[in-house]
Amino acid sequence: MTFAGWSMILLFIVLIVALAKPAGAWMHALYARETLPLGFVERGFYKLAGIDPKAEQSWVGYAVSLMVFNLGGIALLFAILKLQGVLPMNPQGFGGMETLLAFNTAVSFVTNTNWQNYGGESSLSNLSQMAGLTVQNFLSAAVGIAVAFAFIRGFARKQASGIGNFWVDVTRATLYLLLPISIVLALVYVVMGVPQTFGPSVVATTIEGAKQTIAVGPVASQLAIKMLGTNGGGFFNANSAHPFENPTALSNFLQMITIFVLGAGLTLTFGKAVGNVRQGWAILAAMLLLFIAGVAVAYGAEAAGNPIHHALGVAGGNMEGKEVRFGIAATALFAVVTTATSCGAVIGMHDSFTAIGGLVPLFNMQLGELVIGGVGSGLYAVLIYCILAVFIAGLMVGRTPEYVGKKIESREMKLAVIAIAIPPLAILGLTAVACITGAGLAGPAAKGAHGFSEILYAFTSGAANNGSAFGGLSGNTPFYNLLLALDMFVGRFGVILPVLAISGGLAAKRRVPEGAGSFPTTGLLWIGLLAAIIVIVGGLTFLPSLALGPIADQAQVAAGTVL
Amino acid sequence: MLTETFRALRPTVVLLLLVTIVTGLLYPAAITGIAQVALPVQANGSLLSDVHGQPIGSALIAQNFTGPTYFHPRPSAAGKDGYDASSSAATNLAPGSKDLRDAIAKRVSSARAEGMTGDLPADLVTTSASGLDPDLSPEAALLQAPRVAKARGLAVGKVTALIDAQTEAPLLGIIGERHVNVLLLNRQLDASAQ
Repeated sequence: MTFAGWSMILLFIVLIVALAKPAGAWMHALYARETLPLGFVERGFYKLAGIDPKAEQSWVGYAVSLMVFNLGGIALLFAILKLQGVLPMNPQGFGGMETLLAFNTAVSFVTNTNWQNYGGESSLSNLSQMAGLTVQNFLSAAVGIAVAFAFIRGFARKQASGIGNFWVDVTRATLYLLLPISIVLALVYVVMGVPQTFGPSVVATTIEGAKQTIAVGPVASQLAIKMLGTNGGGFFNANSAHPFENPTALSNFLQMITIFVLGAGLTLTFGKAVGNVRQGWAILAAMLLLFIAGVAVAYGAEAAGNPIHHALGVAGGNMEGKEVRFGIAATALFAVVTTATSCGAVIGMHDSFTAIGGLVPLFNMQLGELVIGGVGSGLYAVLIYCILAVFIAGLMVGRTPEYVGKKIESREMKLAVIAIAIPPLAILGLTAVACITGAGLAGPAAKGAHGFSEILYAFTSGAANNGSAFGGLSGNTPFYNLLLALDMFVGRFGVILPVLAISGGLAAKRRVPEGAGSFPTTGLLWIGLLAAIIVIVGGLTFLPSLALGPIADQAQVAAGTVL
Repeated sequence: MLTETFRALRPTVVLLLLVTIVTGLLYPAAITGIAQVALPVQANGSLLSDVHGQPIGSALIAQNFTGPTYFHPRPSAAGKDGYDASSSAATNLAPGSKDLRDAIAKRVSSARAEGMTGDLPADLVTTSASGLDPDLSPEAALLQAPRVAKARGLAVGKVTALIDAQTEAPLLGIIGERHVNVLLLNRQLDASAQ
C-alpha cells in the first residue's frame, strides 16, 4: 500500500460526500413532484401513454405496474437479441442470439444485474447494444429509483393510502436525471478517448506486419449510463478494463465517482423527505464505515501480492488480470465500489485477485449491496436493515421500535425479514444445487476451493443483481443460463415486492413525534449499531460458505500449494 | 389485481417504445453526431496511421511486438494468439492455479535468458485484464532497454532517455500509476532512427 494510493482513496470519499448533497437535493425535487424545466416533455409522455400523473397508486397498484413493465421489458429485449440478425445496424453481421442466452441476458439487463454470458464485441450488433441493452440500463436504474421513492413515501407520509405513481417516478428518473447526466458524461468520455461510432471494426496492419482487427462502436453512450445506473454491463468482454471502455486513470476515477454519486445522494433525499437530513447523513456514515473497511482489506491483500509468484522471482503486488494505467490501489478500490453497489463493472479480473482480495467483493454483495448500493436498490436495502436495527434496539430497551416517526410493528418485521432472507436463500440454495449436479460442477475452471468460489460468486452476483463474475466459470450453458436467470429474478423482485408492501403499510400509519424514550437514529451509537447489525447478519449467513471458498483458498495459497 | 394489470398494459407498451426511441436511438445517435464532428480522432478509436494513411493500430490498444528491436508489451490472453482487439479477455486464472504459476515461471525464465536479473516487475510477467493493456510500468520497460539498444546498435542511455520522455506520471501525483505506452514508445524508436 502506498501513500499516493490512500490519498486517491481519500479524495474519492471526499468527492462523494461533497456531491451527495446536490445529487440528493435534485432527486428530492423529482421525488416531491416539483415542477421541472422542460416539463412539456414529461407531459407529452404521459399523454401518449395514457397516464394520469396526479393519480396515486396503492402499493398493490404500484407493484403490479412495476411487474408488468419489467416483464414487458424482458420480452422486448429478448426479441431484439433473438432478431438482431435481421434487424438493421449490424455492421459485423452477427446472427441472432441463442435462445437461453438471450433469455438470460434479457432478465439480466432488466433486473439491473448485467451478468454477461457473452462477449459484447464478438456477438452483439450496434442495435442490440443501443436499443436493447442501453435502454434497459436507463430503465432498470429508473425502476430502482422509483422503488426507493415509493419506500421513502412510506416513511414520509401520514395516514395516506397511496405511495406515489410508478409511471411518473420512472419517467422522471429517466428523463430528468439519468439522461441529461449521461449526455454530459458520454461526451466527456469521448474527449478522454472512448470511441463513439456506428462504423465497422478497423483492420490495421501492425508495425510488425500482423493483421489486427480492432472492434469499435457506440461505446461512450453506453458507458455513461452503465456506470451512472450501476448497471455494469460492458460494451466489450473485458468491460471497463478494456482501454476503449476506460482509456485513462482519470476516466477510471470519473467512472467510480459516477457509480456512487446517485446512491449516496439518495440517502440525503430520504433524510430531507422525512424532515431531518441528519437521518440521511447517519445512513451515509454507516455505509462509508463499511466501505473503508472493505477497501482497506482488499487493497492490503492485492498490494501484498501472491507468495507463490514471489517465490518465482516476481516483485510486489498482484498484477495478474490488472491494467498498468490503473495499478493496484485503483483496481482494489474499483472492485469494492462496484460490488458495494449493484454495478458489477470491472477494471480487473476478480477471479485472479488474491483469495482475500476476492473475498471482499463477494462479501460486499452478500451483505445485500447496501454500502451506497445500486441506484435506488441500495437505499431500500439499507432501510430494511434500519428497520431491523431499531427492532433489535427496541428489544434491548423493551420499547415498541419506531423509525423516523413510524412505529415498526409485526407486519413490517415479517416483511423485512422476508426481504432480508430471500437473497441468501437464492444464493446458497442455487450454489448447493450447482455443487451436486454434473452440469453445475462442469462450470468452474479452477480446481479445489477456488472452483467453489467461482460458483458461489456467480449466484451471489446474480441474486444481488451485481453482474461481476469470477470469469473462470463457463456460464453460457443451459444450466447456468436458466438458474442464473432465476437467481437474478428472485433477487430483484423478491426484495422489491416486500419493500413496496412495507411502504404501503407504513404510509397508512400516523407519524408519532419523537419522545424522550425514542431510540435516536442519528448519532454515533446508531451508526455503529446499524453497521454492526449489517455485518453480523451477513456474516452469520455467509461465513460457512466463505470458509469453504476464499478462506480455504487463502490457506492453500499461503501453504504454497498449486492445483 | 386483474384490473390493475390491464391498466398497466398501455403505459408499458407506450413507455417502452418512447424510452427506446429516446435513450436507445436518439441519445446514442446525437452523441455519435457530436463526437464524429467535434472529436473524430477519439470517436473512431484513436487510430495511428503510417505515411500512406493506412491504420497501423490504435494508440490505446496493445499490439504484439516480438522482434528484439522493439519493446514488448505485457503478455495477452485476448483471442487465440493474444492481442486480438476483437476479443478482449483475461486468463481468469486463480491465485493458486498451477497453470498460472507455470506460465509465470516460463516468462521469468525467458526474462532471465535475456539477462534480466533481480525481482521482476509483476506487470512484465503477468497478463492484463483486457489482454490489450497498451502500457508497461517504467521498470518493465527499463529492463528491456539493454536488449533494444543492442539490437539497434544504440547506446543504452539513449533508449532509457526515450523511456523517461514517454513515461506518464499520475494525475495530481495520486490518480493512476506511472506508465509507458509501448506502441508510442516503439514509434518514437523508429522515428529517432530515421
